[in-house]
Amino acid sequence: MIDKQTTIERAIEAIHDGDCIMLGGFGVPGTPFMLIDGLLKKGIRDLTLIKNEANEDGMGASKLIEAGRVRKLICSHLGLNATAIAMMNRGEIEVEFYPQGILAEKIRAGGAGLLGIITDIGIDTIIKEGKQCVEVNGERAIVEPALRANVALIHAAVADPFGNLIYEKSARNFNPIMATAADVVIAEVERIVEIGALNPDAIHTPGAFVDHIVLMREITSEYGILEHHAL
Amino acid sequence: MPFKEKIARRAAKEISPWQIINLGIGIPTLIPNYLPPDKPVFIHSENGILGMGPRSSPGTEDRNLIDAGGNYVTIKKGASFFDSVVSFALVRGGRLDVAFLGALEVSAKGDLANWIIPGKFSPGIGGGMELAQKAKRVIVTTMHTDRKGKPKILEVCKLPLTAKGCVDTIVTELAVMDVRPEGLVLRELAKGVDVNEVVEKTEARLIVSNPHIPRF
Repeated sequence: MIDKQTTIERAIEAIHDGDCIMLGGFGVPGTPFMLIDGLLKKGIRDLTLIKNEANEDGMGASKLIEAGRVRKLICSHLGLNATAIAMMNRGEIEVEFYPQGILAEKIRAGGAGLLGIITDIGIDTIIKEGKQCVEVNGERAIVEPALRANVALIHAAVADPFGNLIYEKSARNFNPIMATAADVVIAEVERIVEIGALNPDAIHTPGAFVDHIVLMREITSEYGILEHHAL
Repeated sequence: MPFKEKIARRAAKEISPWQIINLGIGIPTLIPNYLPPDKPVFIHSENGILGMGPRSSPGTEDRNLIDAGGNYVTIKKGASFFDSVVSFALVRGGRLDVAFLGALEVSAKGDLANWIIPGKFSPGIGGGMELAQKAKRVIVTTMHTDRKGKPKILEVCKLPLTAKGCVDTIVTELAVMDVRPEGLVLRELAKGVDVNEVVEKTEARLIVSNPHIPRF
């Protein structure tokens, strides 16, 4: 039977300097911290990252940025990461901001084999500047090209050896979308069950989209509760 | 009562039972504290929740359940989880009844600026543009003036816009105002506030058509 389980080292073998990498997650939930640490350890640089935000200072995507490994960040906002904002303001990283749902749709389009999307979001704002505009049924709209990446690193709660994935609660966010939009998709997972054990109706990402599965040995503190967000 | 609580309490009165609402950062997050039990709503959170409940009490936090600002939250009966594409289909597709948003500036025509101060404040866009442009109703909750006492409600916004002509209602610690085709109309005054004070602190022309303005 097919088995996509592998080690973190072998899973990230195919990632190289200069690659474009999608990272799932919205805040802590769904961020593949373990795989990000693997990238850090491997020492690759000159990366383009696509992620909703850059996590908070000292965590996840921010570790790669702070270590100078990231040339460009494509994201929706950096509101909770003062370090990344300061580096952007000093010109140490290039940042492209998109409205959150438009970022999601650009990735969805990339995953769905479409060339882009057409949207009126931001049509009366400065984000329209320098972009291709078209008229659709008499409405002005912006053409937003699709986004794809060399690699997507995602986090799921449960997998089977084929790579069928189930996410948990608000840890779903960008993960299933990014899982469709990269040449190589690597999922870190909290649990692996036998093939056939998952209810087909409950699977969020079909195994066809996933290339490698890496089982997490432990849920480290980065995945835990951030005291400053608790009451 | 602190001004921000007062704004949240008044803004909560704009909600009808069973509406689908989204709460921006800042004052809007205080609104659920003022929703009476007979006014159930479904709160949408951009990171993929519909039916969000209050923040988690200490010790009950779930590492996989946060709101868009990172705070640990609970869910209510009937809640659902979904991905970021579905989350914004709900917003852009016209299923969001009310978005409560903060403001740096609002204009008399309902233009909203709340995402960037060039050279000073540029944390990105987040879900703000889509919420502002596509929610069925946009209610801005804001202090009437900025920290230096300068008006935030202007004839024309000076900062880059989040969306044009998107704001329906503005709730401040002093007044409730509606953006109408004829201009910005004063609907209610806070208790103990003189209409002249509001006119003075509003740079935009404020239409005061009703001589007996209700109080909140």
